[in-house]
Amino acid sequence: MGKILRIAGPVVIAEEIENAKMYDVVRVGQLGLLGEIIGMEGGKATIQVYEDTSGIRPGESVESTGKPLSVLLAPGVLSSIYDGVQRPLDVIRAQGGDFIQRGIYPMPVDMKKKWKFIPSVKRGDKVSPGDIVGVVKETSMIDHRIMVPVGIEGTVERIEEGDFAPLQTVGTVNTKTGIREIPLGQEWPVRQPRPVKSKLPPEIPLVTGQRVIDSFFPVAKGGTVAVPGPFGSGKTVVQHQLAKWADSEVVVYVGCGERGNEMTEILTTFPELVDPKSGKPIMERTILIANTSNMPVAAREASIYTGITIAEYFRDMGYNVALMADSTSRWAEALREISGRLEEMPGEEGYPAYLGRRVAEFYERAGNSVVLSSDKRNGSVTIIGAVSPPGGDTSEPVSQNTLRVTRVFWALDASLAQRRHFPSVNWLNSYSLYSQELSRWFNKSVSDDWYSSYQKSMTILEKESELQEVAQLVGYDALPENEKEVLDIAKSLREDFLQQSAFDEVDTYCSLRKQYLMLKSILAMDEVERYAVSKGVTVSEIDTLPFKEKLSRFKEVREKEIDSYYSELIKEMEEEVKGRADKQ
Amino acid sequence: MTADIRYKTVSRIAGPLLFVEKVDNIGYNEMVEITLGNGEVRTGQVLDTRKGIAVVQIFGSTTGLDTGSTSVRFRGDIARIPVSDEMIGRVFNGLGEPLDGMSSILSNEKVEIVGNAINPYSREEPSEFIQTGISTIDGMNTLVRGQKLPIFSGSGLPHNKIAAQIARQAKVLSSSEGFSIIFGAMGITSEEANFFIDEFRKTGALMRSVLFLNLASSPSMERIILPRVALTAAEYLAYQKEMHVLVILSDMTNYAEALREISAAREEVPGRRGYPGYMYTDLSTIYERAGKIRGKNGSITQLPILSMPSDDMTHPIPDLTGYITEGQVFVSRELHRKGIYPPINVLPSLSRLMNQGIGKGRTREDHRGVADQLYSAYGRGTDLKSLSAIVGTEALGKDDRQYLEFANLFEEKYVNQDFYEDRTIEKTMDIGWEVLSTLPEREMKRVKREFIEKYGKWRK
Ligand SMILES: Nc1ncnc2c1ncn2[C@@H]1O[C@H](COP(=O)(O)OP(=O)(O)OP(=O)(O)O)[C@@H](O)[C@H]1O
Ligand SMILES: Nc1ncnc2c1ncn2[C@@H]1O[C@H](COP(=O)(O)OP(=O)(O)OP(=O)(O)O)[C@@H](O)[C@H]1O
Ligand SMILES: [Mg+2]
Ligand SMILES: [Mg+2]
Repeated sequence: MGKILRIAGPVVIAEEIENAKMYDVVRVGQLGLLGEIIGMEGGKATIQVYEDTSGIRPGESVESTGKPLSVLLAPGVLSSIYDGVQRPLDVIRAQGGDFIQRGIYPMPVDMKKKWKFIPSVKRGDKVSPGDIVGVVKETSMIDHRIMVPVGIEGTVERIEEGDFAPLQTVGTVNTKTGIREIPLGQEWPVRQPRPVKSKLPPEIPLVTGQRVIDSFFPVAKGGTVAVPGPFGSGKTVVQHQLAKWADSEVVVYVGCGERGNEMTEILTTFPELVDPKSGKPIMERTILIANTSNMPVAAREASIYTGITIAEYFRDMGYNVALMADSTSRWAEALREISGRLEEMPGEEGYPAYLGRRVAEFYERAGNSVVLSSDKRNGSVTIIGAVSPPGGDTSEPVSQNTLRVTRVFWALDASLAQRRHFPSVNWLNSYSLYSQELSRWFNKSVSDDWYSSYQKSMTILEKESELQEVAQLVGYDALPENEKEVLDIAKSLREDFLQQSAFDEVDTYCSLRKQYLMLKSILAMDEVERYAVSKGVTVSEIDTLPFKEKLSRFKEVREKEIDSYYSELIKEMEEEVKGRADKQ
Repeated sequence: MTADIRYKTVSRIAGPLLFVEKVDNIGYNEMVEITLGNGEVRTGQVLDTRKGIAVVQIFGSTTGLDTGSTSVRFRGDIARIPVSDEMIGRVFNGLGEPLDGMSSILSNEKVEIVGNAINPYSREEPSEFIQTGISTIDGMNTLVRGQKLPIFSGSGLPHNKIAAQIARQAKVLSSSEGFSIIFGAMGITSEEANFFIDEFRKTGALMRSVLFLNLASSPSMERIILPRVALTAAEYLAYQKEMHVLVILSDMTNYAEALREISAAREEVPGRRGYPGYMYTDLSTIYERAGKIRGKNGSITQLPILSMPSDDMTHPIPDLTGYITEGQVFVSRELHRKGIYPPINVLPSLSRLMNQGIGKGRTREDHRGVADQLYSAYGRGTDLKSLSAIVGTEALGKDDRQYLEFANLFEEKYVNQDFYEDRTIEKTMDIGWEVLSTLPEREMKRVKREFIEKYGKWRK
C-alpha cells in the first residue's frame, strides 16, 4: 500500500503506490479523499487532492483505483448539480448537511432508478461506435439517446425494451473479439476528448435573443467565444442570459471558482423559466457544475473537463450543446496554484509554461461535428468562456492565450457598465469572425438586408466615436447639424438598441424579427432626419418629437405586437419629421 | 499520540516560519503551541508537513524566538474555538482569547475555524431588503440580508462613519429583529476601534455584539486567523442561534498584507505586486462565508472595509475582492473634498443582489427604473463636468447644461445627508424623483410611463 510522504495544501507526495499510473485516481489517507496522480518520479507520485487536506499526516495510506478521472454519462445527469468531479451536491447535502463534508462520494446519478428504454435497432442489425440503439425519455425536453460505446462494432445479438438502471445492460453485440455488452450509460475519462468523425465549418448561429450578440457579434453553433471583463462588467449575466435563452438543446453551465449565490440563482430561477421554442422548463436541459471559489482548487481545475465531457456526450447524441465556463481565469489560477506547489518552473506571471496549450486544448473541444456513428449525425458544442483579467487589463496571459484560440470576442467594458449600459459589450473593440459566414443564414432566415443593416449601424457608431473626439475639443454646439444628426442616430443605436435589460420581463429576450425591426426603425429614422436636416430643421427640434419616445419604448413591446408597432412607428416618424421639414 | 511530545528541534526561523525537525508524522494545518525560552507561549499552525519535518507559521510576534530554547508541541488537531452564547458582549483577540479580563469561553462545542464551504445547493438566495437609511445605498445599491458588500475606501476617508451608520440604522422592514454585530478589527488604530465600540455602545448594539480586536500594535500574523475566528462565531450565532449577523471586517488591506508577508517568507512565486497567486482563493474562503442557508432562520451579512492603496481600484486587494463580493460601495475622495457626506460615488458602486431585494412588495414598484435613470443621468452629468472644464459650459447644448446642473443637485440633495439622518425608502425614492424632475420629462426613458405619471414631479 502507498504511503504519504508530504502534504502541502492540495498537493500530496506519496511513495510505493501499487500500479500507479499518470492521471490515475487515488484514494488518499484514512478519509479516502479523492485525488489524481499528476506527476511521477523515481517511485514517488505527486497527487492533487480534490478535497481539503487538513489533518492528513505523512504515513497515511494511498491507494490507486487504477482508473483515470472519469465522468458517468447516463440518464439522470440532466437537471443535476455537481461539483468539479461530478459529485452530486444535492445528495452530498442529504448525506452530510449544509456544509460540504469530506470523504463523501455518492454516485453521480441514482443507480437504483429505472429508466424506460425503447430500442431502435433489432437483432441482426449492424452497429458501430456512436450508433443509436434506442432512447430513454429523460426529461420532457430531451431524449437520452443510448449509443454504442467507442470500440464496439458488430451485429446486434440481443436488445430489449424495458426498464433499466443507469449501468445495466440493454443488449449485446457480436463483435470480432466476442460478445460485448451495451450498457444504458457509460464512463469516459474527462481529460480525453470524445472522438468525432469530422469537423464542419460552423454555418448556423446560436440564436441568443440578445441584440448586441445576434445582430452585431453573433456566434455560430459549434463556435468559441471569449468574454473578458473586469469585475461587475456583466460576464455572469451574459452567461446566464445565454443559458436561459440560447437555442441550444442542452446547456452545461460550469461555475468555476465563482460565487455560491450565483449557482443558487440558477437553481431558483431556471425551474420557473420556459424555453421560448419548446415551452418547457429550461432546467430540464441544463446541467450545473458548481465548484465555487471557496471549494477545493484541484476540483476547480477538473471542473471544466467534467463539464466539457458531459457536453461532448450530448453532442454525440446529435444535439447542439452550449457550454458556459465562468470563469476560465479561475481555472487557470487553480492550474497556477498547483503548479506552484509542484515547484515547477513558472512562466509568465507565475502561470505554468503549458497554460497556452491547455487553453487551446480546451477550446479545441468545441466544434460543429459529424459525430461518430454510421448515420452521419451532426452535433455541436459551443463554448462561451468568461475571462476575469486582473484590473480588467487583457494584456495578461489568460486573456491573451484565450483570444488566440477563440473566434468571437465580446469585450465587456467597465466604463459602459458604470453608466449602466448593459450588456456592456464595447461595440468598437468586440468582433465576431463568424459574421460573414453567418450573414447568409440571417439574410435568408430573417431578411435579406439583415447584414447590410448591421454594417450601416456600425458605420454610424464608428463615425460617432470620431465626432466625439471633435466635440471634446470644440463643444457639441459647434458641430454642424448634419454631424449632430449622426450623433443623434448613434445615441439611439446605443440606448434604444444595444442596451438590453436582462431583468426586464419583456426585454430579457428579443426575437430575431424584433431585433431586425428595431434596427430598421433606427435606420429609417436616420433617413428622415437627414432629409429634415437638409431642409433646415435642427436636431434639437427633432429630439422633442413624440415618435422619439415611441422608438425608445420599442424594447417594451411584446413579441406578438411588434409588426403593428413597427408600422405605426414608421408612419408617425415620417409624418412628424416630414411635417416639420415641409413647414420650413 | 504526538500531542504530549515537546520538540526542541527548531532548525531554522524565517520571518513568521519555523522549521521543526525530527518530528513524528504531523498533520497538515495542525495547531501548534510554541513555548519560548522565557516561558511565553505562542500559537502556530502547520503549513507543510513531510516525514520528519514540519513548517510552522506563528500567529504571534516572532521576537524572542530562537532555535536553541524554543520548544514546540503539536496539538494533534486543526484550529478550533469554543463557541457558546457567552461570547455575546465580549471582546477577544484574533485567536479568540479574551481581551476583556474575563474568563475564557467554556464550551464543549469546539468548532473548526476554517469552515467547510457551504454547499451551493444549500444556499438560499438573499432577497430581504435591508434599509440602511442611506440613499445612495438603499436607492441605488441596495443591500440585502446575506449579502457581502465591501466598502472600498482610502486613507482619511469616512468609511468607518459609514459602516457605523449602517450598523446603527440597518433594519429589515418586515421584522423587528435587529442585527447582531461581529466586529473584526485587523491592524486598525485603537482610536478607530474605540470609535466603533462607542458607537455600538450608544445604540445598545454592543450587548448583541462580539468584538475581535487585533490593533495596529498587535502581532500582524494574528490577522491571518482573525477573520476566520470571527466568522466561526458568526456562523454559530446565525445557524445555531438563528440570529441575523452583520459582520464588519476592517481593514482587509491589512489582512492581505499579512498574507503577503507569509508568502514572501515561504519564498513562493509572487503574483501581482507581490501578493500570492492564491490570494483570490484565500479571500473567497472569508467572503463566501456570508449568506443564507435554506431552512435556517439566521443569516450572515458581510460589510468588509478595505482601503485602496493610492485610491487605485485595480490594485490586487480591491480587484480580487470585487471579483468575489456581490458588489461594492465606493467612497470617493473627490466628493469628500466637496464636503459631501457620505461621499459615496454611485457610478463605480454596485449591488449585484439589488434586483432580488427591490420592487413591488419589497421596496417600491418604480425602484429599478428610478435607479437606472439616476445612474444614466448622473453618469452623463459627470461626463459633462469634465467636458465643460475643457470647452466651457457655453459650448454645451441646452440639454447638456441641464444635465450638468442635475449632477450637482444630485450630489447635494440625494447623496448628501447627515450622519444621523435615517431616510426611509419612500423618502429616498421621493428625493430621487425630485432631482430627476429638473430634467425634461421626455428624457425619462428608463422609467415606465405609468410610474412617471404616478410619481413624477413635473408641473403639468
Ligand atoms: N444585461 C444586463 N441587464 C441589466 N443589468 C446587468 C446586465 N448585465 C449586467 N448587469 C448588472 O451588472 C452587475 C454585474 O454583472 P455580473 O455579475 O455579470 O458581472 P461579472 O462581470 O460577472 O463580475 P465578476 O467578474 O465579479 O463575476 C449585475 O449584478 C447587474 O446589476
Ligand atoms: N464607441 C464607444 N466605445 C466605448 N464606449 C463608448 C463609446 N462611445 C461612448 N462610450 C461610452 O459611453 C458613455 C456614454 O457616452 P456619451 O455620454 O459620450 O454619449 P452622449 O452622446 O453624451 O450620450 P447621452 O446624451 O445619452 O449622454 C461614455 O462615457 C463613454 O465612455
Ligand atoms: Mg461573474
Ligand atoms: Mg454627450
